[in-house]
Amino acid sequence: MLRKTMGALALSTALVGMQAAADGHGIDLSGKTVEWIIPFSETGGSAKWANFYAPLLSEELPGNPTVVVTFNPGAGSTKGANAFQDMTYEDGTTIFGSSGSTQFPYLLSDPRVRYEYSDWNVVLASGTGGVAYLPTDLAGRLGDGGNASGIAGEDFIYGSQGATRLDLVPLLAWEMLGLQVEPVFGIEGRGDGRLMFERGEANIDYQTSSSYLSGVTPLVDAGTAVPWFSFGALDTDGNIVRDPTFPDMPTFKEVCEATDGCETSGEQWDAWKAFFIAGFPAQKMVFLPAGAPDDAIATFTDAFAAIQERDDFAEISAARLGVYPQLTGDAAQTALTSATDVPEVAKDFVINWLSDRYGVVLQ
Amino acid sequence: MEIFATALPALNDAFAMILQPHVIGYLVLGVVMGLCIGVFPGLGGIAGLSLLLPFMFGMEPVTGLALMIGMVAVVPTSDTFASVLMGIPGSSASQATVLDGFPMAKKGLAARALSAAFASSLFGGLVGAAFLTVFILAARPIVLLFQTPELLMITIFGLSMVGILAGRVALKGLVAACLGILLGTIGEGASSGALRMSTYDLPYLADGLKLVIVGLGIFAIPEIIALLRRDKAISDRAPLGGGWIEGVKDWWANKWLSMRCSLIGVVVGVIPGLGGSVVDWIAYGHTVQTAKDKSGFGSGDVRGVIGPESSNNAKEGGGLVPTLLFGIPGSGSMAIFISAVALLGTGSIEVGPSMLKNNLDFTYAIVWLLAIANVVGTLLCIAASGGIAKLTEIRFALLAPFLFMIIAFAAFQSRQEIWDLVALFGIGLLGILMRRFDWSRPAFLIGFVLSAPAERYTNQAYQIGASRFRRGFEEGIEYVFSPIVIVLIIITLLSVVIGLRQAKNIQAEGTVAAGNKRAPMIFLLAVTIYITLTYWNASIIPDFARMDRVFPVFVATVGLIGCVLLLVQMMRANETAPIFADREAEDASENMFGLWPTLAWFAGLLVATALVGFILALTGFLFLFIRMRAGKSWSFAAAYTAAGIAFICAMAWTLNRDFPPGLLQDVADLPWPLT
Repeated sequence: MLRKTMGALALSTALVGMQAAADGHGIDLSGKTVEWIIPFSETGGSAKWANFYAPLLSEELPGNPTVVVTFNPGAGSTKGANAFQDMTYEDGTTIFGSSGSTQFPYLLSDPRVRYEYSDWNVVLASGTGGVAYLPTDLAGRLGDGGNASGIAGEDFIYGSQGATRLDLVPLLAWEMLGLQVEPVFGIEGRGDGRLMFERGEANIDYQTSSSYLSGVTPLVDAGTAVPWFSFGALDTDGNIVRDPTFPDMPTFKEVCEATDGCETSGEQWDAWKAFFIAGFPAQKMVFLPAGAPDDAIATFTDAFAAIQERDDFAEISAARLGVYPQLTGDAAQTALTSATDVPEVAKDFVINWLSDRYGVVLQ
Repeated sequence: MEIFATALPALNDAFAMILQPHVIGYLVLGVVMGLCIGVFPGLGGIAGLSLLLPFMFGMEPVTGLALMIGMVAVVPTSDTFASVLMGIPGSSASQATVLDGFPMAKKGLAARALSAAFASSLFGGLVGAAFLTVFILAARPIVLLFQTPELLMITIFGLSMVGILAGRVALKGLVAACLGILLGTIGEGASSGALRMSTYDLPYLADGLKLVIVGLGIFAIPEIIALLRRDKAISDRAPLGGGWIEGVKDWWANKWLSMRCSLIGVVVGVIPGLGGSVVDWIAYGHTVQTAKDKSGFGSGDVRGVIGPESSNNAKEGGGLVPTLLFGIPGSGSMAIFISAVALLGTGSIEVGPSMLKNNLDFTYAIVWLLAIANVVGTLLCIAASGGIAKLTEIRFALLAPFLFMIIAFAAFQSRQEIWDLVALFGIGLLGILMRRFDWSRPAFLIGFVLSAPAERYTNQAYQIGASRFRRGFEEGIEYVFSPIVIVLIIITLLSVVIGLRQAKNIQAEGTVAAGNKRAPMIFLLAVTIYITLTYWNASIIPDFARMDRVFPVFVATVGLIGCVLLLVQMMRANETAPIFADREAEDASENMFGLWPTLAWFAGLLVATALVGFILALTGFLFLFIRMRAGKSWSFAAAYTAAGIAFICAMAWTLNRDFPPGLLQDVADLPWPLT
């Protein structure tokens, strides 16, 4: 699947590259400063992602402008996104980095959202995956293929950042598997959730791929945690397949199929899948503001594509981003569409579920 | 033995890595940069590290670490300048230093206070490093013992320090702490996202107030205004000679106190989730409780400087444990540190659980780079202290606009909105009134700092505890009353009892004479009204979000009971009772200017900023203030203004920041820095 995506990626970037070359004029940014706005604080995962790309982007953009990452945090990233919505294209010196936390309020019709993804111009989409894991004793009670029937009666505690965030995806997944999971809200980051698991207070948890590799793998090696399932990845036809970073782990889809009472079709499943796609395979995206001309879009698309053609890209990105597609051009556009164009039915299902299960009312 | 077998070779490797000329060179560079930023109140490690980030990519790991650690390590040392000389907490690490450091500066003992602080910082940093070298290998299981109930008890222990710092009327201190806690609950609740004392129409409040603004507002603004009204220099007498040697001698005389406070710093720093913002208060409380003669605290006892300063550098070392071993940052600057480490070299150092196994040599290198950075930083600070201490002899009217400019700039970094300045001004006004009526500002700040953790851990411990009780009574009891919790309860009770018995002797902010009845009464009524409002606002939170309701309702109830008791006392007491303390009466003979005209200058700056943006407003403010208030010539005012604007622009340009825009900027498109 990865190879396929990469193939599609190479093809699409080649096409866009040719297009820009054919036009003969990209934009030149010599002597300018490109401001990369991140709607979170300096300390989060998006900051890490942007700080990784910024110096590379500076090298690849024509004229080698300085690329600085600036932070405009507040209101769960909706403040920064609203501010970006108010900007119009000037000279290509402003780009915006969104995240799953920017996408979810948009999908759930949060009243604070005054931005519209379709106005913006995507130039990069970075994916990730997620892994759910259990303490060793509970994992021992799982059936074949991760069948959850054996742990259905257990009282689960999960350290959560909030039901309307990315945590929605694992919470809904566990509910579909018939687990009684009580989320303990108010933790400040997934790292704190893992710490709660390590202290034995939480007995179920999930981490995004890079955090899983750095934070949970040592626990697995030490025998205190066992991976259960990955959320999976998308192939080019939009099917959920095994995550290329964790080819040996079953996906949630496989576990669901193995568990009685969990359906991989119908309203609930479609809703889960829609929000999984919005939250993970296209989690972080880079945009040019509304009104950007094709020249500018092509220039940035080429630069991000060129970064991935660096000889050392696989090596330097593996530890920082995980082995996930970094999509540009048409592939990025497709990713954006699948991430933000969620069927009305799925939205309604999740909005209702949030209000029934957690009393969360988005008005 | 086994531990030594792994530790010694790694230590050896670490020193081989560190002790190279270019590594030490980068470390010194980092220290100098950190000093330049840390000297300014409100700017600290986060601003500095963000500045370094672009250079970290692909840098050789050990040199990159040296540069970053040099910068981080020196901040709790250099922020002492602002705390001692201006009475402004330079960062959250040196809030408690203000209590005794600033009175010393006023007495002309600035150099002595500074060098005692620096000697303590140095010692604390070294103790921290030595302790960590051994402890870090065994730390993981011990840190994991601190579950949510333990974290909650430590938070409560921190809150119990209010008892010592409550001031002459203990009830006022209690209400002040409740007020601080309630201010800390403003915004979206952590648990269910219910809004408290805020609306989505004003997104600024929905995110809550930030510590840097509250800290600067509650301490810095009142001091600046008070000093301006006197219109003299900070130090009211000629400096005493040989100051800095005295300070080192002071430290040596209290070396055991310094040792104990260093250990407090490391231990509290090690526990993830609390961060370092209470360490200095706990150390201050410990210093006071263990001192025989307590009469001098709050009016310039050097031990009140030595305690907190020993702890805050040791805390940086302790804070490395959750950062390196668990990949969980203990503070904002540590979070940037983690992401910067990922950029170093080929990304081979992965901060987190594997750090000890795969990178023990780097772990030790980090610990000892921190120690060496402390030594270098302290020596530079001591060398500079004599000169910088002279600031206290300058007429304050010349210093104030400059200080105000820096504070406003620092506050604006919080959210980069004009509301940052409004909040600073509002909290500043509250601080002025609390200072005037002798309500304990330290108690207020402790409440604010611990508000979020207290609520979070209460809710989480309740939820997890309930789940354990469902599984079995014994399992529940074991979880809630672990041996560590019981020990912490005993320590807290002792601390409260001792604290209350002693509180009357400790006047953290000096004595204040009583004035008439009316003004203190009005202030109390205003506080009561605000707390009532909070109570009402929290009580209407619907049931599904009850987790966000319980805590503010509980604290507001305690606060209201305190207010009512105070009201009753006020009605029965006569005008000279300490409950009617009013600094206006105390300082009447010294004040050259009224409160409101002085404050109007700053309100003017705020309004002008909202209209024409910060830089234009500041230009007018500096020029007019120096000419009219300080009474200097037009040419002097022009030169002062030019220097001030050039300075702030250079700083913003280096840190890559903008300034608050006003209405004008909505209409006209202006070039930087006017944007």
